[in-house]
Parts: sequence; C-alpha cells; structure tokens
Amino acid sequence: MAEETKNVSLGKTLADGIWSQNPVLRLLLGMCPTLAVTAAVKPAITMGLSVIFVLVCSNIVVSMMRHLLKPHLRILMFTLTIATFVTIADLYLKAYLPEMSAALGPYIPLIIVNCIIICRAEACAAKNGILVSVVDAIGMGLGFTAALCVLASVREILATGKWFDSVVMPGWFVPWAAMSMPVGAFITLGLILALVNQLAGKKT
Amino acid sequence: MDTLQTLALGFIGIVIVNNLVFTKFLGTCPYLGVSGRLDMAFGMGCAVTFVITLAGAMTWIIDHGFLMGTQLEVTRYVCYILVIAGAVQLVEMYLRKFFPTLYDSFGIFLPLITTNCAILGLCLFIYLWQVQTLLEAAVLSFGAGIGFTLAICIMAGIRENLELADVPAPLRGAPITLITAGLLTLAFMGFAGMIR
Repeated sequence: MAEETKNVSLGKTLADGIWSQNPVLRLLLGMCPTLAVTAAVKPAITMGLSVIFVLVCSNIVVSMMRHLLKPHLRILMFTLTIATFVTIADLYLKAYLPEMSAALGPYIPLIIVNCIIICRAEACAAKNGILVSVVDAIGMGLGFTAALCVLASVREILATGKWFDSVVMPGWFVPWAAMSMPVGAFITLGLILALVNQLAGKKT
Repeated sequence: MDTLQTLALGFIGIVIVNNLVFTKFLGTCPYLGVSGRLDMAFGMGCAVTFVITLAGAMTWIIDHGFLMGTQLEVTRYVCYILVIAGAVQLVEMYLRKFFPTLYDSFGIFLPLITTNCAILGLCLFIYLWQVQTLLEAAVLSFGAGIGFTLAICIMAGIRENLELADVPAPLRGAPITLITAGLLTLAFMGFAGMIR
C-alpha cells in the first residue's frame, strides 16, 4: 500500500505520539488512569506497558477489519476488541505480578474505556494500514507512559521523598502527604499542563 | 430496618464520601470536557445517572445469575461493556426522539458515555465490594450517578464564573480546570471517614 512505503511519515507518526500529539499532555485523553495510578512510579510504568500492549493489539485488529466496519456499530466493535485484549492483560498480570495487579485494582479493566485507545482506533487504525497503525500505537503508548512517569515521579518524590523505593531527598525534607492524595494528582497535572503549554507556546 | 440503614448509608457514602469523581478519578473525561455550561452538565449528569443505574443493576444480575453459575467469569469485562453500550444506545434513541435540542448540543459526547469510566468503574466496584443483593447494587449505582451529577454541576458552576476571571495565559483552559478540580477534592476530603 502507498501509505506504508513512506518511511519519513512513519518516523513523524512515532514522534507525534510522544510530543506534539502526546495523548495526556496535549490531547487530554485518558485522564482517569493518569490521575489514579500515578501515586508511585512502579504502578505507573506497569499501567503504561499494559496500555501499550492493548493499544498495539487493538490497533492491529481494528486495522485488519477496517473495511468491514459499519458506522453505527463501530464503537461497539472497538470496545469489544479492546475488552478482549484487556482481559488477556488482566489475567497475565494476575498470574505473574499479583501484587501489582492488586495495587492497580479496577484500573486495569478500566483500560477498556480509556479514551486514548478508542480515539486511536477511530482516528488512525480505522483509516490506515497495519504498519502505520502499529507505529502510531507505539508512539502514542510511549507518550502516555512518559507522561505517566513524569507525573508519578513528581508525586512520589514529593509525597514520600523516595523514587523507585530509594531515598532521593535530603534528610530535612518533610514528606508532603497531600501529593499522594487526589488533590496532589489534580494540581500536579494542572501545573505540568501549564508548563507544557508554556513551552509549546514559545516554539510556535 | 437493618437493610434500610445499610442502603441509606451506602447511598450517602457513594454520593458524598466515596464520590467516584473525587476519590476514584472515575469519569474525569466528561467531568473536564462537558462542564463548560451548567445546563449541559446537568443534562449529562441525568443521562449518566440513568445509564449507570441500568448498567449497575443489569451487570449484577448477569454476574450473579449467569457468569458465576457457568464458570464464564473470564468474559466478565466483555459482558459489562456490552450491557453499557446497549444502555447508552437506548438513551441516545430516547433523547433523539424526545429532546432533539439537547441531543444536538451533546454531539459526540453522548455515544462517548459508553466509554465513561465512571460507569464501567462502578460495575467493577460493585463486583469488588461483593455487593450481595440486587437492591443494594441498584441503590449504589443510583447514588453513584447522583454523585457524578453533583460533581459535574458544581464544576460547571465554578467554570461559568471562571470565564470572567483573569487567568494567566499558560493556565487557561485545561490546567486551571484541573487545579479547580484539585481544590474541590480537597473540600470533599473533609467528608472522609464519616462513613466507613
């Protein structure tokens, strides 16, 4: 297919997902897991990897069946595809990373209704070939994971003085418990968004 | 009497103390997206309340009546999402027939109720909390819907006033909304520990 031969645009698709179209910081998609699992870095990374897995798989399947889609059944088909892969991811985590699965709780099944995945299925996979869809999924997934890690790092360091369970803050640092609560999540994300707006505004 | 007390406590608990938006971050997307105007926020809240009540009760019935009996629990998520999508379709048809203006103003957000985390989230929580009776499941779902409506209406009210405020340029739009939401959760944290 013509669209799959353009190597330049593939690289751009990947980069778009990470920065200029970053799902969390620029498109404001997938707010619910972003806010909920970022109290520490480890669950945030687990969440990011699960989302990459589901996103890649669902994009491949949606891309393969894009000629069969009927407009009024589209969203239903997407969600069913996604639900299948999320079930796989959930069972895998339960079997091999039981503590992580317990810590993330209902937020793993909630990947089903993560707007990022539906949005990519609709905006990219339903229109493009498999290769472009996969690259787009990886870019978006990495962008999501990166945003999650930044937010989680800020929150974990300020809330406990630790990063990846090792102490990073000096002794006089008083842990800021509010950062691990919902308040911290909303306000930190708000400030990070403001920072990104500022940086992006300067460039253009 | 005892059941009545459990139901009342559960209802108040999920509306105020364990509000899905403020403590579980569920339904944040419409909470930030549709809360620009008070009337739309209220309409959205009503639609979500209807779908969530229907979906909560239906998924409980399917879970206890069908999946647990036939060892098909692996398909739980797929079943849940099917029920929710069906309920949303119902609301969409009803609104298009009887409230066309409201239907037009919702636009894309109406089919997106399917992907509202609050609804699937509540169905999952009903399963996680091991709710024993259908009545309790229905009351909890209804309470969750009311809680969502409450949150989105408060937010819309604040944002209508925020339009008049002089917000620094980088903070305009989403960032200030998120910070407002953060301060609101702080207020709602005052209720924590009242029940359970």
